[in-house]
Amino acid sequence: MKTVRVLIVDDHRLFRAGVRAELGPSIQVVGEAGDVDSAVKAIEELRPDVVLLDVHMPGGGGLEVLRRVREAGIPTRFLALSVSDAAEDVIGVIRGGARGYVTKTISGPELTDAIHRVADGDAVFSPRLAGFVLDAFASTPAPPIDPELDSLTQREREVLRLIARGYAYKEIAKELFISVKTVETHVSSVLRKLQLSNRHELSRWASARRLV
Amino acid sequence: MLSEMYEMPTAPKACPRMVRPVAGRVLAGVAQGAAAQLRLDPVVLRLAFVLLTLVDGLGFVAYVALWMFTPKEEVHGPEPRRDWGQVVAYGVLWLVMVVLSWLIGGGLGFWPIAVGGIGSLIMWQQADPGRRERLVSGAVRQVSTGWLRTAIGVILVVVGAIGFLAASGELARARTGLVFSAVVVGGILMITAPWLASLIRELQRERTERIRQEERAEMAAHIHDSVLQTLTLIQRNAHDPREVLRLARSQERELRAWLYQPKPGDDTMLAAAVRRIAAEEEDTHGVKIEVVCVGDCELDERLVAMLHAARQAMVNAAKHSGAPVISVYAEVEPEEVTVFIRDRGKGFVLDEIPEDRMGIRQSIIGRMERNGGSAKIKTAPGEGTEVVLTMKRSP
Repeated sequence: MKTVRVLIVDDHRLFRAGVRAELGPSIQVVGEAGDVDSAVKAIEELRPDVVLLDVHMPGGGGLEVLRRVREAGIPTRFLALSVSDAAEDVIGVIRGGARGYVTKTISGPELTDAIHRVADGDAVFSPRLAGFVLDAFASTPAPPIDPELDSLTQREREVLRLIARGYAYKEIAKELFISVKTVETHVSSVLRKLQLSNRHELSRWASARRLV
Repeated sequence: MLSEMYEMPTAPKACPRMVRPVAGRVLAGVAQGAAAQLRLDPVVLRLAFVLLTLVDGLGFVAYVALWMFTPKEEVHGPEPRRDWGQVVAYGVLWLVMVVLSWLIGGGLGFWPIAVGGIGSLIMWQQADPGRRERLVSGAVRQVSTGWLRTAIGVILVVVGAIGFLAASGELARARTGLVFSAVVVGGILMITAPWLASLIRELQRERTERIRQEERAEMAAHIHDSVLQTLTLIQRNAHDPREVLRLARSQERELRAWLYQPKPGDDTMLAAAVRRIAAEEEDTHGVKIEVVCVGDCELDERLVAMLHAARQAMVNAAKHSGAPVISVYAEVEPEEVTVFIRDRGKGFVLDEIPEDRMGIRQSIIGRMERNGGSAKIKTAPGEGTEVVLTMKRSP
C-alpha cells in the first residue's frame, strides 16, 4: 500500500495525539493543526494527500477550512472526523466538499482503511450517513427536477442500505454479486449526488432539520 | 532613588470642553453634546428642549444660544448620516404639543398633561426592554382583568358629562361636539388596537419561550451533574475496563441524545422505541449497539411484537456472538417496516439449534410469524449473523 500523507486537524490536542498513535504504518502524519487558520496555512504549505478534519472548531469549524481551501484551489481530499452524528454536521460537511464522514469512535484499522479509500478518490460512508442519505432521497411521488442528480438508482439504494446495515464493502460486494470496485463506484456516485443535488426534497429535508 | 520612594502626584484630570458631536445628532448635535457633558441621555435633553420651547419659546432660545457658542466636534473622514427619522419624530412631537396647547388654551390645564406626557416618554425611553415589558404588561393586565371596572367607569363618566351639560342647559349645543369627540376617540382606538393586540401576542410568545428556556436549563444542569458523576465513577472503577466502558458508553449516549435530539423521544414512535431498546440492551450486556433509523411511524400491536423479536435478536448477538459491536438498522417504508440486526461475530449453524432452545425459534421466528410478519436469519460459522425482521404496516 502506498504511503498516504495525512494532516490531522482537531482542536483537542489529546485527540490528535491519540489518532496519531492509532494510525497504521502506511499513513505518514505530516502535521497537525488546532484551529481554522493554522489548518489552512498547513494545507497550503504541506499539501497533504488527505486531511482528517474535525467538524467543530472555533472560527467556523471544518466547513470554514473546506471553504477556504476550495477557494484557494488546492486539490487535497478531506475526511471528516467528528464526535457528533447530528444530521446538520454530517450533511453540511459533505456538501462542503468532504469525501467521507466517520465518527471518532471508529477503530484504528478502520480509520486507516478509510483514509486510504479517500486517498484513492472514493467516498467513505458511515452507517449513519447512509441512513441520512436514504432518508433525504426517500422516494416520493413528486418528480425529480434533474433525474440524474436528484434520485438514487435502485442499485445505489441497495448499496446504501447494506452500508446502513453495517456491511463492509467486501461483504456488500459478496451480497450483491458485484466487485468491490463497483461498490466504490456506486458510493462515489451517491456522494456526488449528495454534494450537487438541489432537489427540493433534499432542501426541504435539510430545512426541516434546520440545515439551510 | 528618592524619586522611587515617593510618587509624583498626578495632575487632576482636565474637564473636557463641550463640543457638538456629529455622530448621532438630530439637528445640530446640541442635545448630544450637552448630554455627554451632563452624563444624561440625549433624548431626555431633546424632550426638555421641546417642552421649554412652549414656554414662550425659551427652549428654542436656549438651543440656538448653545448652538452658537459650542464648537462643532472635529471629525475625520466621512460625516456620518443624520437620523432623519428622529428629526421627523421630534418635529411631530413639537407640532402635537403646539396643537394641544392651542386646543386646551394654555394655562393651568395644559401643563400637567404636557409634563406628565413628556415624563412618561422619558421613563419609557430610559427603561430597558425588561422594564418596558413589565410596565406594559402591568397596564394591559389591569385593563383586561378590570374590564368590568373600566366599563362601569366609562358609563359613569358619560352619565356625569351628560348630566352636567343638561344641568347647565348646554346639552343641545354640546351634542354635535360630543358626537365628534366620540369620533375622535373611536379613531384613536382604531389606531392603537392593532398595536395592543400585537403587544399581547408578543408577550405570550416571550412567556412560552422563557418557559422553554428554563426547562432546557434544568435539563442541562441535570446532564452536567450526571456527566460529573460518571467521570467520578470511572475514576473509581479504573481497574475494571469493562465497567469503565459501560459507564462511558452509557453517558455518551445520554449526552448525545440531549445534544442532537432536542425533541424528547416519543415512545409511541418506532425509531425512538428501537433506540430505547438498543440502549437498554447495551447497558445490560456491555456491547456497543449502533442504531440507524430511516423513516418513522406510530407503533401498533404488530410492530410492538416485532420490537420484542428485535430485542431478543440483540440479546442473542450480545450474549453469543462475541462481536464488539452490533448494527441495528430500521427502515420504515409506506407498506412495511424492516429491522436488521447484524453482528460480525462467530456465527452459528442454523439447523443445529435444538427444537427446545427457546431463543430463536419461539422468540424471534415464531413471534414474527404469529403476527403476520416474517423473520429470516442469515448466519454461518465465522461469518457473523444477520436477523432480518419484516412486518407489514396496518393500512
